[in-house]
Amino acid sequence: MKKVFQSDWVSRLIDALLPVFATLAALVVGAVMLLLLKVNPIEAYKALWVGAFGSSNAFAETLVKATPLLLVGIGICISFRGDVINIGGEGQMIIGAIFATWVGLTFTSLPGWLVITLAMIAGFIGGAVWGGIPGFLKAYFRVNEILSTVMMNAIAVQLMNFLLRGPLIDPSQAQLASKIPQTARLLEIFRLPRLVPTRLHLGALIAVVLAILVYILLWRTTLGYRIRAVGQNPQASRYAGIKVPRYVVLALLLSGAFAGLAGAVQVYGVNYRMITDGSSSGFTGSAGFNGIVAALFGQLHPIWAIPASVLFGALLVGANSMQRMMQVPSALVTALNGLVVVFVVSSEVWRRRRQRRRLAVMGQDEESSPPIDEEELQHMETVP
Amino acid sequence: MISDLFSVTVLIGILASGIRLATPYLYAAIGETFGQRSGVLNLGVEGQMLLGAFAAFYVAFTTGNLWLGVLTAMIVGAIMGLAMAYVTVNLNAEQGISGIGFFLFGLGMSDLLFQKLLGTVETVKGFPEVYIPGLSDIPGIGKIFFSQNLLVYGAYLLVPIAWFVLNKTTLGLKIRSVGENPDAADSLGVSVARIRYFTIILGGTLSGIAGASLSIALLNVFQQNMTSGLGFIAVALVYFGGWRPIGVLGGALLFSMINSLQLWIQVLGIPIPSDIAVMMPYVLTILVLVATVSRVRAPSALTKPFEREN
Repeated sequence: MKKVFQSDWVSRLIDALLPVFATLAALVVGAVMLLLLKVNPIEAYKALWVGAFGSSNAFAETLVKATPLLLVGIGICISFRGDVINIGGEGQMIIGAIFATWVGLTFTSLPGWLVITLAMIAGFIGGAVWGGIPGFLKAYFRVNEILSTVMMNAIAVQLMNFLLRGPLIDPSQAQLASKIPQTARLLEIFRLPRLVPTRLHLGALIAVVLAILVYILLWRTTLGYRIRAVGQNPQASRYAGIKVPRYVVLALLLSGAFAGLAGAVQVYGVNYRMITDGSSSGFTGSAGFNGIVAALFGQLHPIWAIPASVLFGALLVGANSMQRMMQVPSALVTALNGLVVVFVVSSEVWRRRRQRRRLAVMGQDEESSPPIDEEELQHMETVP
Repeated sequence: MISDLFSVTVLIGILASGIRLATPYLYAAIGETFGQRSGVLNLGVEGQMLLGAFAAFYVAFTTGNLWLGVLTAMIVGAIMGLAMAYVTVNLNAEQGISGIGFFLFGLGMSDLLFQKLLGTVETVKGFPEVYIPGLSDIPGIGKIFFSQNLLVYGAYLLVPIAWFVLNKTTLGLKIRSVGENPDAADSLGVSVARIRYFTIILGGTLSGIAGASLSIALLNVFQQNMTSGLGFIAVALVYFGGWRPIGVLGGALLFSMINSLQLWIQVLGIPIPSDIAVMMPYVLTILVLVATVSRVRAPSALTKPFEREN
């Protein structure tokens, strides 16, 4: 019995390290690509490392980039755990930012702390609306959420362009011929405070606290339990009396809300205005997509999403320095992120295999281990 | 002005460009239809299209041979399809998420290659319009249907071919049975893996052509992220079309006609903000998805990996 326990421990460790192997594999592929581009991969990766961690400013920049990834990522943890694939992070960030910016540009006579609080809440609500719509359509009209969230992204981009070139345009830009799509600057007292003498701002701390709260939500509350139960087995959940559609909507709505908050934090902590180049990544920096990568990498666990976000924040910052120092386009990192995703989901096959072997050793006849454990099931029975 | 919209010339213009704009959607969505009918959701279409678009453009730009460009795009798409097939069939990876991975890979890779190999936005002389004696001379109709380039004709030819293969051949029967009930198909000796490999690689190949049709037949340029969501819309069109080629054709035409109308509204200077006009096809797609999806049933095994019970 002791031996079984031991091998169990080892294989669980390997499971936990799978994403790391996946990243290393992606970096190896990246090295081959660099060689084909006639760039020394060691030099290039060194530039990447120095750019991301080489100084306190570099590290702060990494954390600044990690913040929206973490906020989007913890939302992704909620939706993916509920078996709802939210690809709409980009659009949800944009709408959240629009709501938050409007607050900051409208209530200019209120105290700073109040406006910041209201703006964060507005961002949360904006994202919730933009996530809630596809959630509602999925739950009650069976519209595939992958498709509707992608459409909602496209709609949000056009809405942003319309507002930033029209009703919300920076008055100083409105006079110019160039008409850069941006809003007026927020008052200085509305900026999220900086933590240390770098660009690192309070948003990073908010994100970490929220990651812990989302962990508690998912594993220590009835709401979170039900979202996960619906995600794992909607049929059984229905029999257990859970109103499945309601939790599908909630999963996407909450997921969108955190992305919306990410948009608000981007405006109040980094840009101090809403600005774009006309594309969605022009505002979000693709955090809506990269947040998915970070969440998957953290195995859809909000706490593990924290180091995962730092890693991908580092890759993004490092990619810029690689571009400056080695003339390697930062698009390489986008391609590598894609490979990390593919490798991480592919590596699941080994986890499942070992899980099955573990169960076989323990003499259980179930196909896959029940990640919702007995204790929780009993807990559920006591919940009406 | 608004009244300009209803002149015959403008109407013909809207219809002709609508027919043309449907081309990339048709290639990509028909390819995706094959995949989904066999039970595989490929969300990497956008990435396959981007790489296909770049490959076609680069080869056409450097060699001047358009057909070689299309061929390269097909090969690139097929390789992407092969990778997707390995990941989803052999490793049983989650289809939606791995598709996003392939999308990001194609997005980054096409951008990287563009910056390294071209550096600036260039143009090529794309596929010319083909003049069909007699047909092209019919007033109105000729301009709308018979003054298009070869890739456009190919896209429309693909629809009946896909319908025939799916519904009238043994291969089609196998594809459909693998998508509906892989266990039963397997017990009858159909190789689920081989069928899925075939459909995913076919889908990748067609997505490659879809990309080529953008970069060397419709727009004749390559830019970073030039598909901007087109591949995802193609996936939506498969749901929209109820997994039938003819339905996909209807969806593609509706979407591209609205898009064409939107472009003409801007050309004519009708005072609707262009951003709002661009938004319309997407809003419409969601609305039509709401209206149609609940009527049609998806292939039962869609997104479900197949593992033989032992």
